[in-house]
Parts: sequence; C-alpha cells; structure tokens
Amino acid sequence: MIALLRRDLAIATRAGGGFGLGLAFFLVVVVLVPFGVGPETDILRRIAPGILWVGALLACLLSLDRVFALDFEDGSLDLLATAPIPLEGVVAAKAFAHWLTTGLPLTLSAPVLAVLLNLPEAGFGWLVVSLALGTPALSVIGAFGAAITVGLRRGGLLLSLLVLPLYVPTLIFGAAAAARGSDGLSVLTPLAFLAGISLACAALMPFAAAAALRVNLR
Amino acid sequence: MSLWEYANPKKFMELSGSVLPWVAGGSALCLVVGLIWGFFFTPDDFRQGSTVKIIYLHVPSALMAINAWLMMLVTSLIWLVRRHHVSALAAKAAAPVGLTMTLIALVTGAIWGQPMWGTWWVWDPRLTSFLILGLFYLGYIALWEAVDDADTAADLTSVLCLVGSVFAILSRYAVLFWNQGLHQGASLSLDKEENVADVFYYPLLVAIAGFVLLFLALVLLRTRTEIRRRRLQALLNRERMA
Repeated sequence: MIALLRRDLAIATRAGGGFGLGLAFFLVVVVLVPFGVGPETDILRRIAPGILWVGALLACLLSLDRVFALDFEDGSLDLLATAPIPLEGVVAAKAFAHWLTTGLPLTLSAPVLAVLLNLPEAGFGWLVVSLALGTPALSVIGAFGAAITVGLRRGGLLLSLLVLPLYVPTLIFGAAAAARGSDGLSVLTPLAFLAGISLACAALMPFAAAAALRVNLR
Repeated sequence: MSLWEYANPKKFMELSGSVLPWVAGGSALCLVVGLIWGFFFTPDDFRQGSTVKIIYLHVPSALMAINAWLMMLVTSLIWLVRRHHVSALAAKAAAPVGLTMTLIALVTGAIWGQPMWGTWWVWDPRLTSFLILGLFYLGYIALWEAVDDADTAADLTSVLCLVGSVFAILSRYAVLFWNQGLHQGASLSLDKEENVADVFYYPLLVAIAGFVLLFLALVLLRTRTEIRRRRLQALLNRERMA
C-alpha cells in the first residue's frame, strides 16, 4: 500500500500530473467571487467561509476523475485488482494520495486566500481545522464516485452530478464550523460532526468504491 | 407459493398484466373522488383560505417521492443479494416516477408558498432536503442512461442507491443543523391523536390512496415495458448471432 501511495504521489506531482491545477482553480474561484458580488469588505467577510469551502470542494472535484481513470486506461488497475492487497486497500491508498495532493494543499493555502476575502483573524485557525477535518471525506466520497464512473465515456460530467449531492453534509458542517469560528462562536458541534463524517466515510466508502470497481472491471 | 416466484419474468408478466387494470382503475377512482371531494366539498381554512386545498396534491406526492426511493432501496438490495432481474428493472422503472413526484411536491409547495409565506422558495430544511432528493434521483437516472451493459448498470446503480440512501438521510439531518425551518411540522403521523381536522383528513386519505395506487400502476407499467425491451434486445441479439 505504501508503494502504491508513493507511486500515485509521484505520478501526481510529476509534470502533467495536474498537481497545481486544483490549487490554481481554487485561487481563480476565490478571485472571481468579489467580481461577482462586489468589493464591499463587509459582504466578503461574511461570505468568506462559505466561498472558501465551496471553492475547495470544486477544486477537489476537478481532479477526481484522475483517481482511477488513468490506471483503468493503461490496464494497471486490472493488475492492482489481482494484486495480493485487497481492492479496498487500493481504493483507500488512492484516496489518501488524492487527499495529499489536493485536500492538504487546499487546506494549507486557504488562509492566504482568506486574507483576500477579509476573513476575521479569529476565523483563520478554525478555517484550517475545518478544512483539514473535512477534505478527507471529500476525497473518499470522490473516490467512490470515480470508481462508479471509471469505465464510462463522458464520465467526468456524470461524476460531478453523482458526487455533488453526496458532498452536501460535509459542506454544511464544514462551512458552519468555519463561519462560527470567524464569528467567535463555539465550533465544537460542527467540528465533531465533520470529524465523524470523515471517519465514517474513510472507514466505509472504500468498500462501496471497491464493489463498484469490481463491477467495472468485470 | 412464495413472493420469489414472481422473480420469474414470465410469472411476473402474467400477474402484473392481470393486476394492472385494477390498480390503474382504483387509482383513477381514488384520485377523482379524493381530489373532487377535496377541492369542492371541503370548507376553506380560516387563515389559509382556499390555498389549503393544494394539500391534496402536495402531501401525497411528497409521501410517494420518499417511498419511491425506499422502494428502489429495497429492490436494489434484492438485486444485489439474489440477482433477480425483475427487481433491478423495477428499481429502474421507479426512479423517473419518484423524480416526478419530487417535482410535483416542490412545485405545488412553491405555488402554495407564494401567497402564504410571500416567497416561492426559502432555504428551509424540508424544502432543501427535497431538492437534494431530486438531485439524487437525477444522478441515479443519469447513471442508468450512461452505462451500456444492462447488468453493469444494474450493479452500479444499486450500489449508488445504497450509498445515496445513507447520504440522503445524513443530509436530511444536516440541513436541520444548518437552518431553522419555515415549513410546518408533519401533516400526518401515526402516533398523534388528531392530525388535521377531519373534514380535510378523509379526502386527504383518499387522495393518498390514489397516489399510492398511481405509483404502483406506473411502476408496474414501466417495469413491464422494461421487461419487453429486454426481451426484444435478446431477440435482436439472437438474430445477429444466427
């Protein structure tokens, strides 16, 4: 599994791996919002947690179809399916690699973009914490969506239609935690829910994703 | 004699063919009686006026929208466990009906909400979770359409239905956390003495029975169509082989 993880990380960070693409997309979304809603700092401050969360979610979605598609096309997914490690483990390793190359950089770069949106200082820490707790769920749920759509033509569009409704609970609790943090309210409840969703998804979704992969590899 | 006999497409076609006219007729009868009774022979509510009468469309369609997903969940499970093709086809047949019920509930709700709440749409927990349910239906139907091989499609949509059910319930309670509602509480529940005043209650029950039968009739009809399509495809394939 560790070898698989290192291989995926190497592929993702190499030139053409699309490593910076998600980050650049995140930046562009956040920069575009003030053009859309106007430059008043009060409005921006209020909507900043939500915008950052939605931006992170979309940036995460952007790189999802690469999780299995490349390996499916060149046949290495078949090899992985027959490898001694269970397919669930493969899914978990790939989702983790996806998180390391998308979720983690997004989390770390969020405070920089938060400055652009005038997020109050109190909110920075909670924003990072909420993203750190929530983005693993995004990666694992996304891996499930990618597993379902892996064999399809036009899979990318369908992937977003399937995955976005599944992201709703994560987004609600994540954005609520970040918003409460910036208002100086207690954030423990949404953070606990967010951590619960991430843990449950990480524990259970690999099984669903592996089941879908087995069907697609049949 | 067990339920599983009807997993045989031939037996299913025989039974559904003989039951379908009765279900459809019963549905038409209940809908006509329930809706006419409700629309013309019940008094106006003293606060809501005549707008209260949209309840005869709104509540039954909302009820069936949720129950359609529940039925898809059960039939998907049966497909995954016992591999009965009729079961998978019934799930496929129910999805567009469920989506239509969701849309009816949303639209009638909006029409009622405009004069009563003064707005077509609010981000209320119930409204929002229904919108999310509609998105789940859309994704499910789109996945059926996108996959070419029938068995692969049935497998993938079943897995999606199981996972989607968990997330639909999760979303239902997550939106409660996110926003407090404007929508009134449940109109009907089994554990209350009186739900709504009796004048409204009886026609509502008839309308609900009509919607249940309508859903049954549509799903049976669509499942029969799917089975016929599957048979036709098999015939075409055989011809090509020969």
